[in-house]
Amino acid sequence: MTDGLSVRDLAFSYGSKDALKGVSFDLPRGRFCALLGPNGAGKSTLVSLLTRLLVSPGGEISIAGQDLRRTPGRALARLGVVFQQPTLDLDLTVRQNLSYFAALHGLPRNGLPARIEAALRRLDMAERADEKVRALNGGHRRRTELARALLHEPQVLLLDEPTVGLDAASRAGIVAHVHDLAEQGLCVLWTTHLTDEVRDTDHLLVLHRGGILAEGSTGDIRGEQSLSDWFLQKTGGNA
Amino acid sequence: MSAWLNVLRAIVGREFLRFVHQRERFLSALVRPLVWLLIFAAGFRAALGVSIIPPYQTYITYETYIVPGLCAMILLFNGMQSSLSLVYDREMGSMRLLLTSPFPRWWLLLCRLLGSSAISVLQVYAFLAIAALFDITMPLMGYVAAVPGVFLGGIMLGALGLVLSSFIKQLENFAGVMNFVIFPMFFLSSALYPLWKMAESSELLHDICALNPFTYVVELIRFLLYLQFNGVALLWVLGSTLVFGAAALWGYDPSRGLMKRKS
Repeated sequence: MTDGLSVRDLAFSYGSKDALKGVSFDLPRGRFCALLGPNGAGKSTLVSLLTRLLVSPGGEISIAGQDLRRTPGRALARLGVVFQQPTLDLDLTVRQNLSYFAALHGLPRNGLPARIEAALRRLDMAERADEKVRALNGGHRRRTELARALLHEPQVLLLDEPTVGLDAASRAGIVAHVHDLAEQGLCVLWTTHLTDEVRDTDHLLVLHRGGILAEGSTGDIRGEQSLSDWFLQKTGGNA
Repeated sequence: MSAWLNVLRAIVGREFLRFVHQRERFLSALVRPLVWLLIFAAGFRAALGVSIIPPYQTYITYETYIVPGLCAMILLFNGMQSSLSLVYDREMGSMRLLLTSPFPRWWLLLCRLLGSSAISVLQVYAFLAIAALFDITMPLMGYVAAVPGVFLGGIMLGALGLVLSSFIKQLENFAGVMNFVIFPMFFLSSALYPLWKMAESSELLHDICALNPFTYVVELIRFLLYLQFNGVALLWVLGSTLVFGAAALWGYDPSRGLMKRKS
Protein backbone atom coordinates (compact mmCIF):
# COMPACT_ATOMS: atom_id res chain seq x y z
CA MET A 1 0.00 0.00 0.00
CA THR A 2 1.38 3.42 -0.92
CA ASP A 3 0.10 6.98 -0.80
CA GLY A 4 -0.16 6.87 -4.59
CA LEU A 5 -1.77 4.13 -6.61
CA SER A 6 -1.77 0.56 -5.42
CA VAL A 7 -3.16 -2.45 -7.27
CA ARG A 8 -3.32 -6.01 -5.89
CA ASP A 9 -4.17 -9.22 -7.74
CA LEU A 10 -6.44 -7.58 -10.24
CA ALA A 11 -8.16 -9.89 -12.69
CA PHE A 12 -10.93 -9.39 -15.19
CA SER A 13 -12.50 -11.36 -17.98
CA TYR A 14 -15.01 -10.65 -20.71
CA GLY A 15 -17.02 -13.84 -20.68
CA SER A 16 -14.47 -16.62 -21.00
CA LYS A 17 -11.75 -14.35 -22.37
CA ASP A 18 -9.24 -13.22 -19.75
CA ALA A 19 -8.39 -9.56 -20.21
CA LEU A 20 -6.29 -9.16 -17.05
CA LYS A 21 -4.89 -11.71 -14.65
CA GLY A 22 -2.96 -11.25 -11.42
CA VAL A 23 -1.93 -7.65 -11.99
CA SER A 24 -0.24 -6.00 -8.98
CA PHE A 25 1.87 -2.85 -8.67
CA ASP A 26 2.56 0.06 -6.32
CA LEU A 27 3.24 3.59 -7.45
CA PRO A 28 4.28 6.19 -4.88
CA ARG A 29 3.56 9.88 -5.23
CA GLY A 30 6.06 11.91 -7.17
CA ARG A 31 6.61 9.20 -9.73
CA PHE A 32 5.89 9.15 -13.43
CA CYS A 33 4.98 5.64 -14.44
CA ALA A 34 4.54 4.68 -18.07
CA LEU A 35 2.26 1.74 -18.70
CA LEU A 36 3.39 0.34 -22.00
CA GLY A 37 1.55 -2.38 -23.83
CA PRO A 38 0.65 -3.38 -27.37
CA ASN A 39 -2.95 -3.09 -28.51
CA GLY A 40 -5.10 -5.69 -26.80
CA ALA A 41 -2.73 -6.06 -23.84
CA GLY A 42 -5.44 -5.06 -21.38
CA LYS A 43 -4.62 -1.34 -20.96
CA SER A 44 -8.18 -0.17 -21.59
CA THR A 45 -9.57 -2.76 -19.20
CA LEU A 46 -7.12 -1.66 -16.53
CA VAL A 47 -8.10 1.97 -17.05
CA SER A 48 -11.80 1.07 -16.79
CA LEU A 49 -11.15 -0.79 -13.55
CA LEU A 50 -9.07 2.06 -12.09
CA THR A 51 -11.83 4.56 -12.87
CA ARG A 52 -14.57 2.20 -11.64
CA LEU A 53 -16.31 2.05 -15.00
CA LEU A 54 -15.82 -1.66 -14.40
CA VAL A 55 -15.56 -3.50 -11.13
CA SER A 56 -13.53 -6.69 -10.92
CA PRO A 57 -14.78 -9.62 -8.89
CA GLY A 58 -11.46 -9.92 -7.04
CA GLY A 59 -8.37 -7.88 -6.31
CA GLU A 60 -7.91 -4.47 -4.72
CA ILE A 61 -7.32 -0.96 -5.97
CA SER A 62 -6.36 1.83 -3.65
CA ILE A 63 -6.09 5.47 -4.71
CA ALA A 64 -4.16 7.73 -2.31
CA GLY A 65 -4.93 5.30 0.49
CA GLN A 66 -8.65 5.00 -0.30
CA ASP A 67 -10.02 1.62 -1.28
CA LEU A 68 -11.95 1.91 -4.54
CA ARG A 69 -14.34 -0.87 -3.62
CA ARG A 70 -15.17 0.18 -0.07
CA THR A 71 -15.07 3.96 -0.44
CA PRO A 72 -15.49 4.62 -4.15
CA GLY A 73 -16.53 8.26 -3.67
CA ARG A 74 -13.44 9.17 -1.65
CA ALA A 75 -11.15 7.22 -3.95
CA LEU A 76 -12.54 8.84 -7.13
CA ALA A 77 -12.29 12.29 -5.54
CA ARG A 78 -8.51 11.77 -5.32
CA LEU A 79 -8.15 10.64 -8.92
CA GLY A 80 -7.76 12.81 -12.01
CA VAL A 81 -8.40 11.17 -15.37
CA VAL A 82 -7.72 12.05 -18.99
CA PHE A 83 -9.53 9.49 -21.10
CA GLN A 84 -8.37 8.36 -24.49
CA GLN A 85 -11.76 9.30 -25.96
CA PRO A 86 -12.53 13.03 -26.01
CA THR A 87 -14.90 13.83 -23.15
CA LEU A 88 -15.32 17.56 -23.65
CA ASP A 89 -18.66 19.03 -24.59
CA LEU A 90 -17.93 20.66 -27.95
CA ASP A 91 -20.76 23.17 -27.76
CA LEU A 92 -19.72 24.52 -24.39
CA THR A 93 -16.86 26.90 -23.74
CA VAL A 94 -13.67 25.78 -22.05
CA ARG A 95 -14.79 27.49 -18.84
CA GLN A 96 -18.26 25.89 -18.95
CA ASN A 97 -16.70 22.46 -19.40
CA LEU A 98 -14.54 23.00 -16.36
CA SER A 99 -17.33 24.28 -14.17
CA TYR A 100 -19.55 21.34 -15.16
CA PHE A 101 -16.76 19.04 -14.05
CA ALA A 102 -16.29 21.01 -10.82
CA ALA A 103 -19.95 20.46 -9.94
CA LEU A 104 -19.71 16.75 -10.74
CA HIS A 105 -16.84 16.57 -8.28
CA GLY A 106 -18.64 18.51 -5.58
CA LEU A 107 -16.20 21.44 -5.57
CA PRO A 108 -17.53 24.46 -3.71
CA ARG A 109 -18.87 27.28 -5.90
CA ASN A 110 -17.07 29.80 -3.75
CA GLY A 111 -13.76 30.56 -5.33
CA LEU A 112 -14.47 28.38 -8.34
CA PRO A 113 -13.81 31.05 -11.00
CA ALA A 114 -10.35 31.68 -9.53
CA ARG A 115 -9.65 27.98 -9.34
CA ILE A 116 -10.61 27.50 -12.99
CA GLU A 117 -8.54 30.51 -14.00
CA ALA A 118 -5.49 29.09 -12.21
CA ALA A 119 -5.96 25.62 -13.69
CA LEU A 120 -6.17 27.05 -17.20
CA ARG A 121 -3.22 29.37 -16.67
CA ARG A 122 -1.00 26.45 -15.69
CA LEU A 123 -1.61 24.99 -19.14
CA ASP A 124 -1.47 28.33 -20.99
CA MET A 125 -5.15 28.08 -21.79
CA ALA A 126 -6.40 31.08 -19.82
CA GLU A 127 -6.93 33.30 -22.86
CA ARG A 128 -9.09 30.61 -24.47
CA ALA A 129 -11.42 30.18 -21.51
CA ASP A 130 -14.41 31.63 -23.32
CA GLU A 131 -13.92 29.88 -26.63
CA LYS A 132 -16.12 26.97 -27.55
CA VAL A 133 -14.27 23.67 -27.51
CA ARG A 134 -15.38 23.03 -31.09
CA ALA A 135 -13.17 25.93 -32.16
CA LEU A 136 -10.04 24.49 -30.52
CA ASN A 137 -7.46 22.28 -32.20
CA GLY A 138 -6.61 18.80 -30.89
CA GLY A 139 -3.67 19.96 -28.80
CA HIS A 140 -5.66 22.67 -27.06
CA ARG A 141 -8.53 20.26 -26.42
CA ARG A 142 -6.12 17.86 -24.72
CA ARG A 143 -4.67 20.66 -22.62
CA THR A 144 -8.19 21.62 -21.59
CA GLU A 145 -8.83 18.02 -20.53
CA LEU A 146 -5.60 17.97 -18.57
CA ALA A 147 -6.45 21.26 -16.85
CA ARG A 148 -9.85 19.81 -16.01
CA ALA A 149 -8.36 16.58 -14.64
CA LEU A 150 -6.27 18.68 -12.23
CA LEU A 151 -9.06 21.02 -11.16
CA HIS A 152 -9.94 19.08 -8.00
CA GLU A 153 -6.26 18.71 -7.04
CA PRO A 154 -6.07 14.94 -7.28
CA GLN A 155 -3.20 12.96 -5.78
CA VAL A 156 -3.17 10.42 -8.58
CA LEU A 157 -3.37 11.30 -12.28
CA LEU A 158 -4.32 8.70 -14.86
CA LEU A 159 -3.85 9.41 -18.56
CA ASP A 160 -5.01 6.88 -21.12
CA GLU A 161 -3.04 7.28 -24.36
CA PRO A 162 -3.41 11.04 -24.07
CA THR A 163 -1.34 11.91 -27.13
CA VAL A 164 -3.32 9.95 -29.71
CA GLY A 165 -4.01 12.14 -32.72
CA LEU A 166 -1.79 15.03 -31.64
CA ASP A 167 0.97 16.62 -33.71
CA ALA A 168 4.60 16.27 -32.59
CA ALA A 169 4.80 19.65 -30.86
CA SER A 170 1.59 19.18 -28.87
CA ARG A 171 2.68 15.69 -27.91
CA ALA A 172 6.07 16.84 -26.66
CA GLY A 173 4.41 19.68 -24.73
CA ILE A 174 2.00 17.39 -22.93
CA VAL A 175 4.63 14.75 -22.18
CA ALA A 176 6.91 17.40 -20.66
CA HIS A 177 4.15 19.04 -18.65
CA VAL A 178 2.99 15.78 -17.11
CA HIS A 179 6.57 14.89 -16.16
CA ASP A 180 6.75 18.23 -14.35
CA LEU A 181 3.55 17.36 -12.49
CA ALA A 182 5.11 14.11 -11.29
CA GLU A 183 8.16 16.01 -10.07
CA GLN A 184 5.86 18.28 -8.12
CA GLY A 185 4.56 15.27 -6.19
CA LEU A 186 1.72 13.80 -8.22
CA CYS A 187 1.53 10.07 -8.83
CA VAL A 188 1.15 9.72 -12.61
CA LEU A 189 0.13 6.65 -14.57
CA TRP A 190 0.47 7.24 -18.30
CA THR A 191 -0.64 4.49 -20.67
CA THR A 192 0.79 4.38 -24.15
CA HIS A 193 1.94 2.10 -26.92
CA LEU A 194 4.52 4.65 -28.11
CA THR A 195 7.97 3.97 -26.74
CA ASP A 196 9.31 7.44 -27.54
CA GLU A 197 7.09 8.98 -24.85
CA VAL A 198 8.96 7.13 -22.11
CA ARG A 199 12.10 8.55 -20.50
CA ASP A 200 14.89 6.43 -19.03
CA THR A 201 14.23 7.78 -15.55
CA ASP A 202 10.53 6.89 -15.71
CA HIS A 203 9.15 3.92 -13.91
CA LEU A 204 7.98 1.42 -16.50
CA LEU A 205 5.22 -1.18 -16.36
CA VAL A 206 4.93 -3.42 -19.38
CA LEU A 207 1.57 -5.06 -19.84
CA HIS A 208 1.31 -7.98 -22.21
CA ARG A 209 -1.52 -10.48 -22.67
CA GLY A 210 -3.23 -9.34 -19.50
CA GLY A 211 -0.23 -9.66 -17.18
CA ILE A 212 2.78 -7.59 -16.09
CA LEU A 213 5.69 -8.60 -18.30
CA ALA A 214 8.28 -6.29 -16.74
CA GLU A 215 8.44 -3.60 -14.08
CA GLY A 216 11.21 -1.25 -13.03
CA SER A 217 13.21 1.72 -14.15
CA THR A 218 13.06 2.13 -17.92
CA GLY A 219 16.83 2.42 -18.29
CA ASP A 220 17.42 -0.83 -16.37
CA ILE A 221 14.77 -2.69 -18.31
CA ARG A 222 15.91 -1.81 -21.79
CA GLY A 223 19.62 -2.29 -21.03
CA GLU A 224 21.71 -1.69 -24.13
CA GLN A 225 18.78 -1.95 -26.54
CA SER A 226 16.53 0.92 -27.47
CA LEU A 227 13.21 0.67 -25.67
CA SER A 228 11.49 0.24 -28.99
CA ASP A 229 13.64 -2.77 -29.95
CA TRP A 230 13.29 -4.29 -26.49
CA PHE A 231 9.53 -3.84 -26.61
CA LEU A 232 9.15 -5.33 -30.10
CA GLN A 233 11.27 -8.30 -29.15
CA LYS A 234 9.35 -9.03 -25.97
CA THR A 235 5.85 -8.49 -27.27
CA GLY A 236 6.20 -10.30 -30.56
CA GLY A 237 6.35 -7.20 -32.68
CA ASN A 238 2.70 -6.28 -32.67
CA ALA A 239 3.22 -2.84 -31.13
CA MET B 1 -26.27 18.63 0.64
CA SER B 2 -25.57 21.73 -1.41
CA ALA B 3 -22.93 19.76 -3.33
CA TRP B 4 -25.64 17.27 -4.33
CA LEU B 5 -27.91 20.04 -5.54
CA ASN B 6 -24.93 21.51 -7.35
CA VAL B 7 -24.59 18.28 -9.31
CA LEU B 8 -28.29 18.40 -10.15
CA ARG B 9 -28.01 22.01 -11.28
CA ALA B 10 -24.96 21.30 -13.42
CA ILE B 11 -26.42 18.25 -15.13
CA VAL B 12 -29.81 19.85 -15.78
CA GLY B 13 -28.08 23.04 -16.91
CA ARG B 14 -26.00 21.07 -19.36
CA GLU B 15 -29.10 19.36 -20.77
CA PHE B 16 -30.66 22.79 -21.32
CA LEU B 17 -27.58 24.10 -23.06
CA ARG B 18 -27.50 21.06 -25.32
CA PHE B 19 -31.15 21.58 -26.07
CA VAL B 20 -30.53 25.20 -27.02
CA HIS B 21 -27.63 24.16 -29.25
CA GLN B 22 -29.50 21.40 -31.03
CA ARG B 23 -32.24 23.30 -32.75
CA GLU B 24 -32.65 20.66 -35.43
CA ARG B 25 -33.49 18.08 -32.82
CA PHE B 26 -36.04 20.39 -31.26
CA LEU B 27 -37.64 21.13 -34.61
CA SER B 28 -37.87 17.51 -35.67
CA ALA B 29 -39.33 16.61 -32.30
CA LEU B 30 -41.95 19.26 -32.96
CA VAL B 31 -42.65 18.52 -36.60
CA ARG B 32 -43.27 14.81 -36.04
CA PRO B 33 -46.39 15.14 -33.85
CA LEU B 34 -47.59 18.11 -35.92
CA VAL B 35 -47.56 15.97 -39.05
CA TRP B 36 -49.69 13.44 -37.24
CA LEU B 37 -52.01 16.06 -35.89
CA LEU B 38 -52.50 18.22 -38.96
CA ILE B 39 -52.32 15.63 -41.73
CA PHE B 40 -52.92 12.13 -40.41
CA ALA B 41 -55.67 13.13 -38.01
CA ALA B 42 -57.38 15.32 -40.57
CA GLY B 43 -57.48 12.41 -42.98
CA PHE B 44 -58.77 9.97 -40.41
CA ARG B 45 -61.28 12.31 -38.92
CA ALA B 46 -64.07 11.04 -41.15
CA ALA B 47 -63.12 7.40 -40.80
CA LEU B 48 -62.83 7.30 -37.04
CA GLY B 49 -65.71 8.57 -34.98
CA VAL B 50 -64.89 8.85 -31.30
CA SER B 51 -67.90 8.60 -29.04
CA ILE B 52 -68.20 10.18 -25.64
CA ILE B 53 -65.83 8.43 -23.25
CA PRO B 54 -64.24 9.80 -20.11
CA PRO B 55 -62.73 12.29 -19.62
CA TYR B 56 -64.63 13.91 -22.50
CA GLN B 57 -68.10 15.23 -21.83
CA THR B 58 -69.06 15.95 -25.36
CA TYR B 59 -68.33 14.72 -28.85
CA ILE B 60 -64.77 15.54 -29.78
CA THR B 61 -62.94 15.63 -33.05
CA TYR B 62 -60.30 13.06 -33.79
CA GLU B 63 -57.63 15.78 -33.63
CA THR B 64 -58.62 16.52 -30.07
CA TYR B 65 -58.54 12.84 -29.22
CA ILE B 66 -54.97 12.22 -30.35
CA VAL B 67 -53.37 15.30 -28.75
CA PRO B 68 -52.48 13.49 -25.46
CA GLY B 69 -51.15 10.54 -27.44
CA LEU B 70 -48.93 12.87 -29.45
CA CYS B 71 -47.69 14.54 -26.25
CA ALA B 72 -46.70 11.08 -25.03
CA MET B 73 -45.12 10.40 -28.41
CA ILE B 74 -42.81 13.38 -27.89
CA LEU B 75 -41.85 11.94 -24.50
CA LEU B 76 -41.26 8.53 -26.04
CA PHE B 77 -39.06 9.84 -28.84
CA ASN B 78 -37.13 12.07 -26.46
CA GLY B 79 -36.59 9.29 -23.97
CA MET B 80 -35.26 7.03 -26.70
CA GLN B 81 -33.25 9.80 -28.32
CA SER B 82 -31.50 10.84 -25.15
CA SER B 83 -30.47 7.27 -24.61
CA LEU B 84 -29.54 6.92 -28.26
CA SER B 85 -27.15 9.81 -27.76
CA LEU B 86 -25.57 7.82 -24.92
CA VAL B 87 -24.73 5.09 -27.34
CA TYR B 88 -22.78 7.37 -29.62
CA ASP B 89 -19.09 7.20 -28.96
CA ARG B 90 -18.76 10.89 -28.31
CA GLU B 91 -21.51 10.52 -25.79
CA MET B 92 -19.86 7.54 -24.23
CA GLY B 93 -17.08 9.98 -23.54
CA SER B 94 -19.29 12.33 -21.60
CA MET B 95 -20.90 9.36 -19.89
CA ARG B 96 -17.45 8.31 -18.69
CA LEU B 97 -16.97 11.73 -17.21
CA LEU B 98 -20.32 11.51 -15.47
CA LEU B 99 -19.76 8.02 -14.12
CA THR B 100 -16.31 8.76 -12.69
CA SER B 101 -17.74 11.50 -10.49
CA PRO B 102 -17.41 10.64 -6.78
CA PHE B 103 -21.19 10.96 -6.34
CA PRO B 104 -23.24 7.76 -6.30
CA ARG B 105 -24.27 6.52 -9.67
CA TRP B 106 -28.01 6.46 -8.92
CA TRP B 107 -27.92 10.17 -8.17
CA LEU B 108 -26.01 10.98 -11.36
CA LEU B 109 -28.43 8.97 -13.49
CA LEU B 110 -31.43 10.46 -11.72
CA CYS B 111 -30.13 13.98 -12.35
CA ARG B 112 -29.72 13.23 -16.02
CA LEU B 113 -33.20 11.77 -16.15
CA LEU B 114 -34.68 14.83 -14.48
CA GLY B 115 -32.83 17.07 -16.93
CA SER B 116 -33.96 15.28 -20.06
CA SER B 117 -37.54 15.06 -18.75
CA ALA B 118 -37.58 18.79 -18.10
CA ILE B 119 -36.58 19.35 -21.74
CA SER B 120 -39.34 16.97 -22.85
CA VAL B 121 -41.90 19.01 -20.92
CA LEU B 122 -40.80 22.15 -22.79
CA GLN B 123 -41.19 20.37 -26.10
CA VAL B 124 -44.63 19.05 -25.23
CA TYR B 125 -45.82 22.54 -24.34
CA ALA B 126 -44.37 23.98 -27.53
CA PHE B 127 -46.44 21.36 -29.39
CA LEU B 128 -49.57 22.16 -27.37
CA ALA B 129 -49.09 25.85 -28.13
CA ILE B 130 -48.93 25.21 -31.88
CA ALA B 131 -51.93 22.88 -31.68
CA ALA B 132 -53.82 25.70 -29.95
CA LEU B 133 -52.99 28.00 -32.86
CA PHE B 134 -54.89 25.51 -35.02
CA ASP B 135 -57.83 25.71 -32.64
CA ILE B 136 -57.19 22.40 -30.97
CA THR B 137 -57.45 23.48 -27.37
CA MET B 138 -57.96 22.03 -23.89
CA PRO B 139 -59.37 23.69 -20.77
CA LEU B 140 -56.94 26.42 -19.74
CA MET B 141 -56.30 24.97 -16.27
CA GLY B 142 -55.86 21.55 -17.89
CA TYR B 143 -52.57 22.76 -19.36
CA VAL B 144 -51.36 23.53 -15.84
CA ALA B 145 -52.71 20.33 -14.32
CA ALA B 146 -51.00 18.18 -16.94
CA VAL B 147 -47.46 19.40 -16.13
CA PRO B 148 -46.72 16.78 -13.43
CA GLY B 149 -48.21 14.03 -15.59
CA VAL B 150 -46.11 15.01 -18.58
CA PHE B 151 -43.01 15.23 -16.39
CA LEU B 152 -43.62 11.84 -14.80
CA GLY B 153 -44.27 10.28 -18.20
CA GLY B 154 -40.97 11.80 -19.38
CA ILE B 155 -39.16 10.21 -16.45
CA MET B 156 -40.74 6.82 -17.07
CA LEU B 157 -39.82 6.79 -20.75
CA GLY B 158 -36.40 8.31 -20.07
CA ALA B 159 -35.75 5.49 -17.59
CA LEU B 160 -36.77 3.00 -20.25
CA GLY B 161 -34.30 4.67 -22.61
CA LEU B 162 -31.56 4.35 -19.98
CA VAL B 163 -32.31 0.66 -19.62
CA LEU B 164 -32.07 0.15 -23.37
CA SER B 165 -28.89 2.22 -23.66
CA SER B 166 -27.22 0.13 -20.97
CA PHE B 167 -27.87 -3.13 -22.79
CA ILE B 168 -27.37 -2.10 -26.37
CA LYS B 169 -23.84 -2.46 -27.58
CA GLN B 170 -23.92 -0.80 -30.95
CA LEU B 171 -25.72 1.92 -32.74
CA GLU B 172 -26.92 -0.42 -35.50
CA ASN B 173 -28.63 -2.58 -32.93
CA PHE B 174 -30.18 0.49 -31.49
CA ALA B 175 -31.92 1.37 -34.73
CA GLY B 176 -33.59 -2.03 -34.60
CA VAL B 177 -34.66 -1.51 -31.04
CA MET B 178 -36.13 1.86 -31.95
CA ASN B 179 -38.39 0.02 -34.36
CA PHE B 180 -39.16 -2.74 -31.94
CA VAL B 181 -39.80 -0.38 -29.04
CA ILE B 182 -41.16 2.90 -30.38
CA PHE B 183 -43.58 1.59 -32.96
CA PRO B 184 -45.15 -1.23 -30.93
CA MET B 185 -45.37 0.97 -27.87
CA PHE B 186 -47.05 3.73 -29.80
CA PHE B 187 -49.43 1.69 -31.93
CA LEU B 188 -50.35 -0.79 -29.21
CA SER B 189 -51.66 1.95 -26.96
CA SER B 190 -54.58 4.28 -26.59
CA ALA B 191 -52.66 7.07 -28.34
CA LEU B 192 -54.42 6.83 -31.70
CA TYR B 193 -57.63 4.98 -30.86
CA PRO B 194 -59.58 4.32 -27.67
CA LEU B 195 -59.12 0.85 -26.24
CA TRP B 196 -62.78 -0.09 -26.71
CA LYS B 197 -62.35 0.46 -30.44
CA MET B 198 -59.39 -1.87 -30.37
CA ALA B 199 -61.47 -4.47 -28.53
CA GLU B 200 -63.98 -4.44 -31.38
CA SER B 201 -61.34 -5.66 -33.77
CA SER B 202 -59.31 -7.90 -31.50
CA GLU B 203 -59.59 -8.84 -27.84
CA LEU B 204 -55.97 -9.94 -27.81
CA LEU B 205 -54.69 -6.62 -29.15
CA HIS B 206 -56.89 -4.85 -26.65
CA ASP B 207 -55.36 -6.84 -23.81
CA ILE B 208 -51.85 -6.07 -25.03
CA CYS B 209 -52.71 -2.36 -25.19
CA ALA B 210 -54.09 -2.56 -21.69
CA LEU B 211 -50.78 -3.98 -20.45
CA ASN B 212 -48.64 -1.41 -22.25
CA PRO B 213 -47.32 1.16 -19.75
CA PHE B 214 -47.28 3.74 -22.55
CA THR B 215 -51.09 3.56 -22.67
CA TYR B 216 -51.15 4.83 -19.11
CA VAL B 217 -48.80 7.71 -19.84
CA VAL B 218 -51.26 8.74 -22.57
CA GLU B 219 -54.31 8.32 -20.31
CA LEU B 220 -52.68 10.09 -17.36
CA ILE B 221 -52.00 13.10 -19.56
CA ARG B 222 -55.42 12.88 -21.25
CA PHE B 223 -57.29 12.96 -17.95
CA LEU B 224 -55.14 15.69 -16.43
CA LEU B 225 -55.64 17.88 -19.50
CA TYR B 226 -59.35 17.74 -18.69
CA LEU B 227 -58.75 18.32 -15.00
CA GLN B 228 -59.61 14.78 -14.06
CA PHE B 229 -57.53 12.27 -12.20
CA ASN B 230 -56.92 8.73 -13.38
CA GLY B 231 -55.56 6.80 -10.40
CA VAL B 232 -55.04 3.57 -12.27
CA ALA B 233 -52.95 5.33 -14.89
CA LEU B 234 -50.89 7.06 -12.20
CA LEU B 235 -50.19 3.76 -10.44
CA TRP B 236 -49.16 2.12 -13.71
CA VAL B 237 -46.84 4.99 -14.57
CA LEU B 238 -45.30 5.11 -11.09
CA GLY B 239 -44.86 1.34 -11.00
CA SER B 240 -43.30 1.22 -14.46
CA THR B 241 -40.98 4.09 -13.54
CA LEU B 242 -39.74 2.14 -10.52
CA VAL B 243 -39.23 -1.02 -12.56
CA PHE B 244 -37.41 0.77 -15.40
CA GLY B 245 -35.37 2.82 -12.91
CA ALA B 246 -34.27 -0.30 -11.05
CA ALA B 247 -33.38 -2.01 -14.33
CA ALA B 248 -31.36 1.03 -15.42
CA LEU B 249 -29.40 1.02 -12.16
CA TRP B 250 -28.76 -2.67 -12.64
CA GLY B 251 -27.64 -2.09 -16.22
CA TYR B 252 -25.29 0.70 -15.18
CA ASP B 253 -23.87 -1.24 -12.24
CA PRO B 254 -20.11 -1.19 -12.87
CA SER B 255 -19.76 -4.93 -12.28
CA ARG B 256 -22.06 -5.69 -15.22
CA GLY B 257 -24.01 -4.07 -18.03
CA LEU B 258 -22.95 -0.97 -19.95
CA MET B 259 -19.19 -1.07 -19.76
CA LYS B 260 -18.68 -4.81 -19.68
CA ARG B 261 -17.30 -5.10 -23.15
CA LYS B 262 -14.23 -4.12 -25.07
CA SER B 263 -14.38 -0.44 -25.74
